[in-house]
Formats: sequence, structure tokens, C-alpha cells
Amino acid sequence: MHHTRRSVLRGVWAVGALATAVAAGLLSPGRAFAAWNKGAFEAKNTADAMKALGVSNAQDSRDIQILAPDIAENSAVVLIEITSNIPGTTAISVFIEKNPFPYTGTFDVSQGAVPYVQLRVKMGESSPVRVVVAAGGKYYTTAKEVKVTIGGCGG
Amino acid sequence: MAEPMKIRATLQGDVADVRVLMAHPMETGQRKDAAGKLVPLHFIQTITAQLNGKTVFAADVSQAVSRNPVFAFKVKGAKAGDKLSVTWQDNTGDKRTDEVVIRAGS
Repeated sequence: MHHTRRSVLRGVWAVGALATAVAAGLLSPGRAFAAWNKGAFEAKNTADAMKALGVSNAQDSRDIQILAPDIAENSAVVLIEITSNIPGTTAISVFIEKNPFPYTGTFDVSQGAVPYVQLRVKMGESSPVRVVVAAGGKYYTTAKEVKVTIGGCGG
Repeated sequence: MAEPMKIRATLQGDVADVRVLMAHPMETGQRKDAAGKLVPLHFIQTITAQLNGKTVFAADVSQAVSRNPVFAFKVKGAKAGDKLSVTWQDNTGDKRTDEVVIRAGS
């Protein structure tokens, strides 16, 4: 019980500290990606992680493609390929909603890269893989369910 | 010291198709070793790629990235012979930079 309370408090503190930093102008929302965002990476659910990243009002979009297996045979190496067809895409963020720490990373493509990335991730259990794309100061999102067959042979 | 990365950068038109393999354990801090002790967090946090010295791609990642991470991305405005370098830094402050020359595609 103590343990739960402590971790809740710590979470609140981390989010609070980040909010203070934003308020102080140290991290403007657009620049939040520039420093490794501890608050977001340590958030235990997707909503808190997005809040720490300053993502709000993400609209569902069909212009984001997620290529990932329907069933992952090896949960330690799940290949995810993301392409954004939204004009002006600046960054691509990935959340594995049921991992202990859902926020998996942000890829900044605003400085001369195509809005595309391929990565390999670990998944604790079957989960939606949610992608958030930042474009023109707005956020767009889509998700794909990936099933993990724990201990199975992937059949 | 960390092992060198394997980087492949191939041109397709004026876009360089980049593929990087990094040697890193990417420990999640949740795994136990043979003696039952938790293996501490040890993972790559930031990755940047530079084309002829100018940053073109940057990423912040978590411990959820697989062991010996492989990333692929595409860099615009590249030419054969351009230099592409990739740098990573982990949570212990260890870092590594490797550079390749972009090759013309087939």
C-alpha cells in the first residue's frame, strides 16, 4: 500500500516538475522533444505520457500508416514501420499502450528526413501500438493492435 | 567501449535510405539475472543522424526498444559520396558515433 502511494506521488511530482518547466518557458511545447522527456518516459499510461509531451486534441487520421504484425511471434523483437502522409509532418511518436512504460520514443523528421521510421520494440503483452504525428502544430493519431503469443509458438 | 555500429546508406533518387544496427543490451531494469538480482536500466536514450555535419534526424527512445536496436529512416537531399554519421547516447552517458559514405543506389 505504501509502495503504491509512493509511486503515485512520484508520478505527480514528475508531471508537476515538467509543467513548471513549461510554465517557466524552459521548454516550449515545440521544443519539448529536444530534451529527453523523463516525465513522459516514466509515465505509466499513455494519457499521462501524452500530457507530459504536450500532446492534446490528437485527431484520428487515416494518413498514418503503421506496418506491424497482427501476431508477433517474438515479443522481444516486434518490427514496426511508420509512414506519415500528412503534409508538414515534423515528428512521429510511438506508444505501446500496455507496456509498463508506454511511451517508446519520438522521431524528429523536421530537419531533413522523410516522415518515415522503422524500429524494433519489446512488448510485454498484446497491446495497441499507438502512433501520434505532429504536423503544423497539430496532432494526429492512429493505432494498430498487435497480439503477442506469450510462451506460444506463434501458430 | 561500445561496439561500432553497422550503418548502410543507399541512395534512391535524392533520398538516402539509412539502416543502422547498434550493439547495445537495452536493459529494461525489470529483468533478473541468474542470481535473481534485477539488472539495472541500461538503454540508449537519444539518437541523431547528421548529413555532412548537419543534423537531419533525431530520436528520443525508451528501454522498450529491442536489444541491439535496428532503425531505418530516410534522409532527403542526399548525394552519392555525402557523409552520414549516426550518434547514440545511453542513460549511463556512454556514446558512440560512426560515419559512412552514402552509396549510389542500383
